[in-house]
Amino acid sequence: MTNQQREPWQEMGLTLAEYQRIKDLLGREPNYLETGMFAVMWSEHCSYKHSKTTLRLFPTAGPVVIQGPGENAGVIDIGDGQAIVFKIESHNHPSAIEPFQGAATGVGGIVRDVFAMGARPIALLNSLRFGNLREGRVKYLMGGVVAGISFYGNCLGIPTVGGEVFFDESYGDNPLVNAMCVGIINKDQLAKGAAAGVGNTVMVVGTRTGRDGIHGATFASEELGEQSEDRRPAVQVGDPFMEKLLLEACLELIHQGLIVGMQDLGAAGLTSASCEMASRAGTGIELDVALVPRRETGMTAYEVMLSESQERMLLVPKPGSEQQVRDVLRKWDLEAAAIGKVTGDGIMRILDGGLVMAEVPAKALTDQAPVYHPVAEEPSYIRQAWAFDMASVPVPEDLNQALLQLMASPTIASKEWVYRQYDYKVQVNTVVTPGSDAAVLRLKGTNKGLAVTTDCNGRYCYLDPYTGGAIAVAEAARNLAVSGAKPLAVTDCLNFGNPEKPGIFWQFRQAVMGMSAACRVLATPVVSGNVSFYNETNGEPVFPTPVVGMVGLLPDISKRCTMGFKQAGDVVALLGETKAEIGGSEFLYALHGITAGKPPQLDLEREKAVQSCCLEAIHQGLVKSAHDLSEGGLAVALAECAVAGQVGAEIIVETQLAAHLFLFSESQSRIILSVDSAAVKSLAELAAKHQVPCQVMGVVGGERLVIKAQKAKVLVDLSLQEIEDKWRGAIPCLMA
Amino acid sequence: MYLAKVFITLKPGVLDPQGSAVEKALQALDFSGVQEVRIGKYLEVRLAAKDKGQAEADTEEMCRRLLANPVIENYRFELVEVLS
Amino acid sequence: MKFGVVVFPGSNCDADVKHVIGEVMGQPVDFIWHQTTSLQGYDCIVLPGGFSYGDYLRTGAIARFSPVMQAVERFANRGGLLLGICNGFQILLEAGLLPGAMQPNHSLQFRCMETFLKIENNQTPFTGAFAPGQVIKIPIAHGAGNYYADPATLAALEDGRQIVFRYCDQNGAVTPAANPNGSLGNIAGIINREGNVLGMMPHPERCAEEILGGVDGRLIFSSILKAWSAGSRCACGNSCGCRGERSGQS
Repeated sequence: MTNQQREPWQEMGLTLAEYQRIKDLLGREPNYLETGMFAVMWSEHCSYKHSKTTLRLFPTAGPVVIQGPGENAGVIDIGDGQAIVFKIESHNHPSAIEPFQGAATGVGGIVRDVFAMGARPIALLNSLRFGNLREGRVKYLMGGVVAGISFYGNCLGIPTVGGEVFFDESYGDNPLVNAMCVGIINKDQLAKGAAAGVGNTVMVVGTRTGRDGIHGATFASEELGEQSEDRRPAVQVGDPFMEKLLLEACLELIHQGLIVGMQDLGAAGLTSASCEMASRAGTGIELDVALVPRRETGMTAYEVMLSESQERMLLVPKPGSEQQVRDVLRKWDLEAAAIGKVTGDGIMRILDGGLVMAEVPAKALTDQAPVYHPVAEEPSYIRQAWAFDMASVPVPEDLNQALLQLMASPTIASKEWVYRQYDYKVQVNTVVTPGSDAAVLRLKGTNKGLAVTTDCNGRYCYLDPYTGGAIAVAEAARNLAVSGAKPLAVTDCLNFGNPEKPGIFWQFRQAVMGMSAACRVLATPVVSGNVSFYNETNGEPVFPTPVVGMVGLLPDISKRCTMGFKQAGDVVALLGETKAEIGGSEFLYALHGITAGKPPQLDLEREKAVQSCCLEAIHQGLVKSAHDLSEGGLAVALAECAVAGQVGAEIIVETQLAAHLFLFSESQSRIILSVDSAAVKSLAELAAKHQVPCQVMGVVGGERLVIKAQKAKVLVDLSLQEIEDKWRGAIPCLMA
Repeated sequence: MYLAKVFITLKPGVLDPQGSAVEKALQALDFSGVQEVRIGKYLEVRLAAKDKGQAEADTEEMCRRLLANPVIENYRFELVEVLS
Repeated sequence: MKFGVVVFPGSNCDADVKHVIGEVMGQPVDFIWHQTTSLQGYDCIVLPGGFSYGDYLRTGAIARFSPVMQAVERFANRGGLLLGICNGFQILLEAGLLPGAMQPNHSLQFRCMETFLKIENNQTPFTGAFAPGQVIKIPIAHGAGNYYADPATLAALEDGRQIVFRYCDQNGAVTPAANPNGSLGNIAGIINREGNVLGMMPHPERCAEEILGGVDGRLIFSSILKAWSAGSRCACGNSCGCRGERSGQS
């Protein structure tokens, strides 16, 4: 008794309708190789077939945008003839199977996207999600992922300066690993991934091609299940040394003007790199796989075209520059092979030793991939979650203990265990190092600074994807504003479950709509990004997690700001308004194991005003420290400022709210500032000008954090030492 | 054609943090009989040589000059003839 | 005074070192590609940090055979000032220009953090700008900074006052808690017997500008300038301490 024989196109992940579409486009049956090429190019990961229509909702244009979505990375103008190139990408599925190599090759892939445009990578960030850190498997995944990022990023000499780590059971079987890379370039040197110029040679450079990762793109377009362990061969092994050589060589080639186009080989390998280059240029491409340097013997054309061997680039040299190109490559000990040429007929033609093995119009593989309009339906859990009776949540008996418990909650606790494994100082540009709200890099030769951050609260998005999506953008911008930077643009990594399920697609659409609204109000267009679907195991999806990577500019880096309180006697003030909003809060989750309610509201106009006020205050030199409020609310934020500054504070709150609600509410659009006592009046005037509530709360000083209500009742009274021990010790203790 | 099977090991007395970590991990998996773990390297070098003597001399020199660090590592090797 | 910064395939901190020497200190400095076979005309050579040859096999094991290393050895033998930082130190150890070897950090993890260092010997061309026993703050970033030498070698280093920097706490106490990688005797940097070749794991080029959080590292480069320009040339004609023993002059 045998299993029903599956058609090759089925094995490769195509649907019957898609297979029919291929036949219609070609006017005939595709052969095995052609089917494989369609299967990878039309996979979700490469074609965005379920997400494309929704992604069109993003605002992508603006005065600083040089290149929006559609190229290897997004590009924005930062003045003085310079541009910033940046993008974020996911490597979730491989990291779930082999966390070290999955995360490492994720870093490799995103770095190639940036230097393929001619930009020198100057920073890496990573946004990570894991399950319950008390579980052995979660510790294993986190240890592996962090070690993998460390291994690859450090070897490349690119500082890993920021990011975030968020923990929730929802991510237990499906960790999320999103890697962001930021690069800098002079505007006039920007390279494109377009294979232009009929007759131009096409070369492949880097590692020899092996059988790694064949159908890796399709693997990323499926849910994980029991068979996934057997998918281990689909995970690639990274060689960061090879990538470093490629990086230096490619930058030299571009800066010497020797290249027409360059494309990195990532998901779907040679197939995707070549047809994307041809498609963008409106040309065709002819490749002979027999000319591709191999690492293994007996590889078929199919295997060569679909291999996802890492650390390879496709180059189109300027006509007449082929020898100079080879000289540069040889200097860096790199192998290059001319494997084909650019043609004018728009066809992807694959030969093997001169024999035609496949002939497909390039645009059939790219532009003519199916575009789906999945059904979106609000899932039933949402109304139930909103109906949760918040009044049923017990009032903490001991607010000190409640705060300490929150400080030790892995999502809030110090991430030093993670970032001390990353070299965050190489390239000697890192002015504000990991541990603050955003990383700040100086730009040598100018007075400017660049601030970078990633943000997303998946729990908020689960409870209300529209609001959660908007908050992800707002929080990223807020983190830049408190550092003294004007937010400029967004790169997004949208991590969701199976979009063929109406409830999941609804989450996706709502999140994108919320993000778009926030991007419009805060004037931060989306210039690049990535979608990762099918983050589910055995039908259980992760929280919808649209990660926002954002970049901002400090025109004068000397006017930067960090979160730690600076000096005894400084006055602590709160910008913004606190409401009783513990829905989806870390307080509810960490202390009560509850995920319910509505996330905090977001008033985008208020958010914009608060950020503008804060930025103006920083630029006027009024602000000694600034910190945005997020998970854990006011009490946690105050504790973070005290620990970072190694000085306590005495805070007096006046509120009608119950104490625990005031302290742990996660109301949006709030910033804690500390200012010299002489600057309080100017701050109040600025706040009034921006029509933003500003409440003086207390004064910096001493070795304790004391929070009193109505001038008498002590709510919190903890030594800095106690707070710091809990906060600093939580993750090292769990990972020991 | 010869295949040199090279074993690189830490000299006795040199601290082996990786070995210690693995030792603890094995003991944590209830292999209470584990007394000590030392970690080394195993390399396979395929080399063409005119005879076994030449292959031995070459391998010896490879180990001495590059494959082992004489400050902290010892080496030994086995040589077998293989089909090319 | 002319500086050269060697660039191996995989070096990362070459540009950082050149930036400090060239822009911050305002001194003439060149990149030296690893295929170069002559170092004529240079007064100080720096082997920078990074992952030369990916750290494959052992850190620095392959770089030490790069063509430039023969010139580096000749340069060291004639008393030129040679500074190895992080991977540079590892390469000097593999090349036998300094005694001992590096092993993985005892935590088995890469460590990026600030460390306090105690100046154990300020009579070298690299530490002349410091006071004896001074405590300075310089960051480290490495996965293999665990220095090892056998007892005889260690004794010789101590006798010869060749241990230049040790990890310590902010008060200068050399304790296990202050040791970030398990290094023997908290050793962070050593010098050769002749006094012209220094290897150190911490990165002085990363704290040579206020904006980056400290300037203690700049004093190492200042010391080099001071030693050279004070004309404190020894009998062999170079600013080292060999007193002419090696070059045969008396």
